[in-house]
Amino acid sequence: MQLNSSKRIKSVSYAKYGYLFILPFFLVYAFFMIYPLINTIMLSFKGNGEAANEWVGFQNYQHLFVGDPSSKYSQGATMHEEFWRSFGNTLILWAGNFFVQIILSLLLAVWFSDNRIKIKGDGFFKVAVYMPNIITAASVASLFLLLFGNSKYGAINSMLLNWQSITDPIPFINQLWSSRILVMLIQSWMWFGNTMLLLLSGIYGIDVSIYEAASIDGSSGMNTFLKITMPILKPIFIYVFITSMIGGLQMFDIPYLLHEGNTVSTGLETVAVYIYKYFHQANPNYGYSAAASVVLFIVTCALGIIVYRFNTDSTASFKKSKKKRTKF
Amino acid sequence: MVSAYNQSSTEYKRHIMIQSTIRLVVCIIITVICLLPIYIMVINATRATGDIINNGISFLPGGSLIKNFITLNDPAAADGAYVRSFNMWIGYKNSLIIAVASAALSVFFSGMTAYGLTVYDFRLRGSATTFILAVMMIPMQVVSTGFLQFMVRIGLNDSYIPIILPAIAAPSVVFFMLQYMKSSFPLEIVEAARIDGCGEFRTFIQIALPMLKPAFAVQAIFAFVSSWNNYYTPSMILISNKPEQRTMPMMVTGVLGNDKVSEFGVNYLVVAISILPVIIVYLCLSKFIVKGVALGGVKE
Repeated sequence: MQLNSSKRIKSVSYAKYGYLFILPFFLVYAFFMIYPLINTIMLSFKGNGEAANEWVGFQNYQHLFVGDPSSKYSQGATMHEEFWRSFGNTLILWAGNFFVQIILSLLLAVWFSDNRIKIKGDGFFKVAVYMPNIITAASVASLFLLLFGNSKYGAINSMLLNWQSITDPIPFINQLWSSRILVMLIQSWMWFGNTMLLLLSGIYGIDVSIYEAASIDGSSGMNTFLKITMPILKPIFIYVFITSMIGGLQMFDIPYLLHEGNTVSTGLETVAVYIYKYFHQANPNYGYSAAASVVLFIVTCALGIIVYRFNTDSTASFKKSKKKRTKF
Repeated sequence: MVSAYNQSSTEYKRHIMIQSTIRLVVCIIITVICLLPIYIMVINATRATGDIINNGISFLPGGSLIKNFITLNDPAAADGAYVRSFNMWIGYKNSLIIAVASAALSVFFSGMTAYGLTVYDFRLRGSATTFILAVMMIPMQVVSTGFLQFMVRIGLNDSYIPIILPAIAAPSVVFFMLQYMKSSFPLEIVEAARIDGCGEFRTFIQIALPMLKPAFAVQAIFAFVSSWNNYYTPSMILISNKPEQRTMPMMVTGVLGNDKVSEFGVNYLVVAISILPVIIVYLCLSKFIVKGVALGGVKE
């Protein structure tokens, strides 16, 4: 009897430790994420600049989505053009970057995991292609500004001028499409190593005997890739696709910094840049920033739910095999 | 029959040889493209500005590294623009404080949270775990407006607290630790420690922490690098942009955003200085990092 009751008390006291251990996380998360999120939603219904404390209802959203010519704010009438443009820019920059990134990383992942044709020094190649990912994005933007500078002093321009392939320097940074392509290439340069390693771990998770069976049955390399690797890789492929999209929606450093002069190029203004621009002012327009943030939040959540769906039903087996492969 | 077999066998071998050569060449080309911008940056940091302007890209280092470094620290150079916006030691110090503190807090508290969720059985355990997994995808940017306005209201702008402390709550690190503990942390050890009369916190510090070291190492590297590279949060929170508070990425963008700085060799040197520490960390620990990417799902 006594033993029983002491056992009961003990188990209750252990549960208390459970709460104690997870308490710091949830306190900090509530303070630095949950409340700011609620605050963002509240701010999106409030005014801008001087009128930051006024409740304005859905006015900010109205300005963002359709604009309001009769607005007392000067930006109210044209705000929606800027907002939709920034969404479009984000999608264009992300899509271009993903296209280059996925082709390169899929190619390398399939090659590195091929048991028949070994590539010498694949360890070195993996280290090399992942390197751009760990470099400070702000420094990368600065570096590419120096390399692709508009003037004849930019490294690429001065090289082309020396070779006399061009007579006038090309304004890479100022032209709409050259600057966009540059951002896409920089982003894929930075991220394809990461994507490659994720895909590679997915391919390693595939049972080798399936490949052996396929090769005994006379399946060609391309056929094996299309009929075996791709279908099994689908969940991780979708994971990479959606997480890259969520990451792409937040794209900030490179598009924000890749400009000469004082203003961000209009063709590179992403949603994250738009949000930053409106609160990073002497007289912050929190209302517009917050409304755009809420829109971004909803889009991110929708994408997150898609990942969650796929993760719960089809990646369970993949996760298991992945863990086996990569032990320390 | 035998000769036919031999023939196809040598043909197959030749096919493999050709294929692997093609792949090797493509890999080398991709690697060269990957490393080229970094290489040019390092080379140009050692070249005189006149050389860079007249000759464009070169693959051989010049001899002006020390001269560039002196110019960078010369108060008279570019009307003092370099000295005003860039101080290597202050930048290193600030970035190092933030990155080390964030990495330490992030792994310690994530380990603690994962330990609590793994070892103890309590009513909210399931919902707490689900919550952490659910919010893993929510990035900082979507709450930044409310975050900044809140920090300004309570007077924490121009302070390192809102940059460092949020590292305590890192859902993706917790997720990683949970996975790791599930696979390689036997709960019997906790039982054994209890029987020996070891307190719960002492069990965590003295028994669990040493066992989780490999997971801690990988996550600490990632936390350090991502904090060092973070430009968004510091430039948002440090509104006044005081020179003594700037982090390394803020200093680099500050220098190169200035139109007056036309000493190109020095500008390349500035960029090189800012990424030197992460390159060193990476080259020393690349094995862990490359292995850890696939485990953690660290995506910007």
